[in-house]
Amino acid sequence: MTIEELHELEGKEQARQSSLKNRIYCCTAAGCLSCGAEGVRRAIGDEIEKRGNGTQVEVCGTGCMGLCSRGPLVLSSSTGKLYGGLTASDAPAVLDGSPGLAEHEIDRNDPFFTKQQRIVLAGSGRVDPEKLADYIAAGGYRALSQALTEMKPADVVKEVTTSGLRGRGGAGYPTGLKWELVAKQVGPTKYVVCNADEGDPGAFMDRSVLEGDPHRVLEGMALAGYAVGAQQGYIYVRGEYGLAIQRLQNAIKQAEREHLLGGRILDTGFQFRIDLRIGAGAFVCGEETALIASIEGKRGQPRQRPPYPPESGLWNAPTLINNVETFANIPAIINEGGEWYAAIGTAKSKGTKVFALAGHIKNTGLIEVPMGTTLRTILFDIGGGIPNGHFKAAQTGGPSGGCIPEQFLDSPVDYESLAAIGSIMGSGGLIVMDESSCMVDVARFFMEFCMDESCGKCIPCRAGTVEMHDILHRMTRGEAGEHDLTMLEELADLLRDTSLCGLGQTAPNPVMSTLRYFRGEYEAHIRERRCPAGHCAITAEVTA
Amino acid sequence: MPTATNEKTVTAKDNRQKLLERAMSRHQYAGSALIEVLHTAQELFGYLSPELLSTIAHKLRLPPSRVLGVASFYHFFSLKPKGEHTFVVCLGTACYVAGALGLVETLERRCCKAGATSADGRVSFETARCIGSCGLAPAVIYDGTILARATPEKIGRELDQLSVK
Repeated sequence: MTIEELHELEGKEQARQSSLKNRIYCCTAAGCLSCGAEGVRRAIGDEIEKRGNGTQVEVCGTGCMGLCSRGPLVLSSSTGKLYGGLTASDAPAVLDGSPGLAEHEIDRNDPFFTKQQRIVLAGSGRVDPEKLADYIAAGGYRALSQALTEMKPADVVKEVTTSGLRGRGGAGYPTGLKWELVAKQVGPTKYVVCNADEGDPGAFMDRSVLEGDPHRVLEGMALAGYAVGAQQGYIYVRGEYGLAIQRLQNAIKQAEREHLLGGRILDTGFQFRIDLRIGAGAFVCGEETALIASIEGKRGQPRQRPPYPPESGLWNAPTLINNVETFANIPAIINEGGEWYAAIGTAKSKGTKVFALAGHIKNTGLIEVPMGTTLRTILFDIGGGIPNGHFKAAQTGGPSGGCIPEQFLDSPVDYESLAAIGSIMGSGGLIVMDESSCMVDVARFFMEFCMDESCGKCIPCRAGTVEMHDILHRMTRGEAGEHDLTMLEELADLLRDTSLCGLGQTAPNPVMSTLRYFRGEYEAHIRERRCPAGHCAITAEVTA
Repeated sequence: MPTATNEKTVTAKDNRQKLLERAMSRHQYAGSALIEVLHTAQELFGYLSPELLSTIAHKLRLPPSRVLGVASFYHFFSLKPKGEHTFVVCLGTACYVAGALGLVETLERRCCKAGATSADGRVSFETARCIGSCGLAPAVIYDGTILARATPEKIGRELDQLSVK
């Protein structure tokens, strides 16, 4: 495909779509699929066929629409109505727009929708992830064609730097700076790697982006390849994400066929290939040096840094590693300009952030908000609050993060503010807990996770997580003494200061943050042998 | 998922050997493709037997220790045959706070311990570290399909249908 052909296809597909009387969007992301979305979509398709108006009405599958707790979700373009919890038998009523579906209707003026701003998720729920033409009609690959014809690689880097985008994997390293580091390396071979090894329990943002809008990530990677001078990209995706893998494979094939990836992209001299690497279930592979080892076919064990991957990464070549969400931001930044992006968010955290809401909250699902939105807005306006209970804590950052108590509900969500209250931004998992959750047990849960996932290379992490888990386990059983609390704190310092990689260094975070805000609960388990949340089964007979 | 309970030898020249060979040749027998090859092998044979691992080591020209090291490092690879049916209980945070432990109890009581296969080889029971379906918590994957908002009763009914006591 040449650039002219790309623009022509964009116009043609847009005209075709707007000539339709009605376009019905069925969410076919993992959440809705598991509540029967495929059956609903098929029933609507059959009904269209039965009525013989296939040229005027169309049904298409889309990525995540966000409100996973109400699935399967269906949006009708002619009426603008969004329905939830449909079954196959509702198909005729959806096509008629009949009032019989009133109880399934979801108010699109609800704060859940109005308080969000979608950049990364702009195409999720709007674009058929299996059709390239759909993505192109929505302005896809426009950024790539613009970059290849009108911009030098250094201009692309500059635009990303101006945008102020920071790594969405959790650490928040400035993306433009990283790109510059890789771009200035001299060498015949460089690599671009997309980290899609989303392992934090409670996080499903990357999965939804890959399932719902895979071409956006591919375009972002191709732009990165052009900017830093790489010709080969890898996406390292979790083996558990079957649907995401399938849609990525499909998207790569489509893009290669149309010369949007591969050799002579858009009939220019630029070439860039993307290959998938399927993870095999090791959390530590989210750490960049472990991820590199895994792509090389080795055990996923991290190594000492420096040298950092921009200098020496995959097969010792300069390597750019960014997270899925980071890459998904790039096409919009090139299209709209870095300054447009920098105008969103706070002084130090620009743009938007995708969060996965889960736990004790009414609207579980996927949301995207400008940086700096307060937790209260996210949890109570967008999330709809806590059903039959009272808010106790919000957990961000997974096993590397912390628990945020009620007094900080009004603090803005950005990299610095979250760090100041003892948690981290993380990749975007946001788990809400009500008062039935025991904080000691939550800390134990995360420590067990880290203990299982420790790769075993360095001793502080390998042995320390076991020791800390043992203490926490005894606490939840009412078998721990006062000295255990001191020991726990000492071990937390030890792990943080001496572990080799991020996994071990941040493993004590959930413990430290719960100790900071819920120390009383720890003391109740130790001194009074009771669990204030009523969660832990503490037996009366105690041998401490 | 293909079952491999009766698969004792991998030297038999069945179609699966050919498919594995094709996967290795697609990667030009490169040692760096080890994980990809192991994925294919497990998909074809259901699990990674010692014979299968040594065949792969030989073909990719890697030390057998390296192949076993990688196969045993990653949770995804199974060195033992799996049961006819598999339950995977998600133990991610969202599922955990939504009561996933109750599901684990039910399965442990009626089938086997987590990570094992029942004595009759019918049911394998595993746990997972978040399958990313937090909106559906607690979630269970039963033979590749997600059971949303699972309860001990729902799991019980599935087990009844398999006539597991």
